Amino acid sequence: MDDRPVAGESPQRAAASARPKRRRSRATVLSVLGELLITAGVVVLLFIGWQLWWNDWITANQQTAAASSLSQEWIEQSRATPTPTPDETATPADPGDPVVLSSVTAGQPFAVLYIPRYGPEYHRTVAEGTGMDVLNSTELGVGHYPDTQMPGEVGNFVVAAHRSAYGGGMHLINELQLGDSIIVQTQDGWYTYKFRSLQYVLANQVEVLAPVPGSPEVPATDRIITLTSCNPLLSTAERIIAYGVYDSWQPLAAGPPAEIAAQVAAQANGA
Amino acid sequence: MYAALWRVLPGPVWVRILIVIVLIAAVLFALSTWVFPWIDQIVNPQDVTVDQ
Repeated sequence: MDDRPVAGESPQRAAASARPKRRRSRATVLSVLGELLITAGVVVLLFIGWQLWWNDWITANQQTAAASSLSQEWIEQSRATPTPTPDETATPADPGDPVVLSSVTAGQPFAVLYIPRYGPEYHRTVAEGTGMDVLNSTELGVGHYPDTQMPGEVGNFVVAAHRSAYGGGMHLINELQLGDSIIVQTQDGWYTYKFRSLQYVLANQVEVLAPVPGSPEVPATDRIITLTSCNPLLSTAERIIAYGVYDSWQPLAAGPPAEIAAQVAAQANGA
Repeated sequence: MYAALWRVLPGPVWVRILIVIVLIAAVLFALSTWVFPWIDQIVNPQDVTVDQ
């Protein structure tokens, strides 16, 4: 209001106030529309940032914390109810065939997945089912395909997790290297698998879920773990599949495998 | 639209800037707390399983 030219003012002042006057021209329908569109564009970018980084980071922390407490809960349970005194003749290195969980109900968390290659902090809860209630959950994050086998069972233990966003449980799946440990903890024990190979498939290639991956008609003799996620990064065009083969297992009371012992101990202190 | 908002704000420039920062923070909070989770459920581009 104060910079509006007044009749009778000097030419210099009129010239000086010409620019502010033009800037204050009335908002037109077009200019409001333009600003709304720019705002909408910024909001879309914000949403992508929120989904891929902010919410991803928060969810990853929540999932990690939830997995820690579940893992510790089982370890404390195993201490509270000591297993029958181990046979003195049995060597600790050979605890026999792995114990296999009985069936679990949908949505039930029944395992914790440790993959050292994904980082020294990485572990996630595995729950039954691959619906969004499990995969997008702030407490779960990794889903077990219901018709596939359980950890340590002869056949194929198959899980799915997001590649990016929602905690990105399989963000680094493409960086697994031959022989990398994939360790599954249940209420019974620690199951160690060794990464073998990657495969890229389409979403309808369900043969990767077979007890012998890729050969549904062949009876299973090996214990396999299969991790599935989407590929390429930030796309759902394909699926990336990681296979691991069973290496060993030990009861919970025997303590975690050496590779993740420090991580598990840190969780106990943090809890 | 935003020029009109700027004119409506009271006080000297630094007060207005402060108010704008608070407004933007409030909008960001509302977006990330209510709007984005809601949109997320609708678009949901993150399909990772092989059983389709």
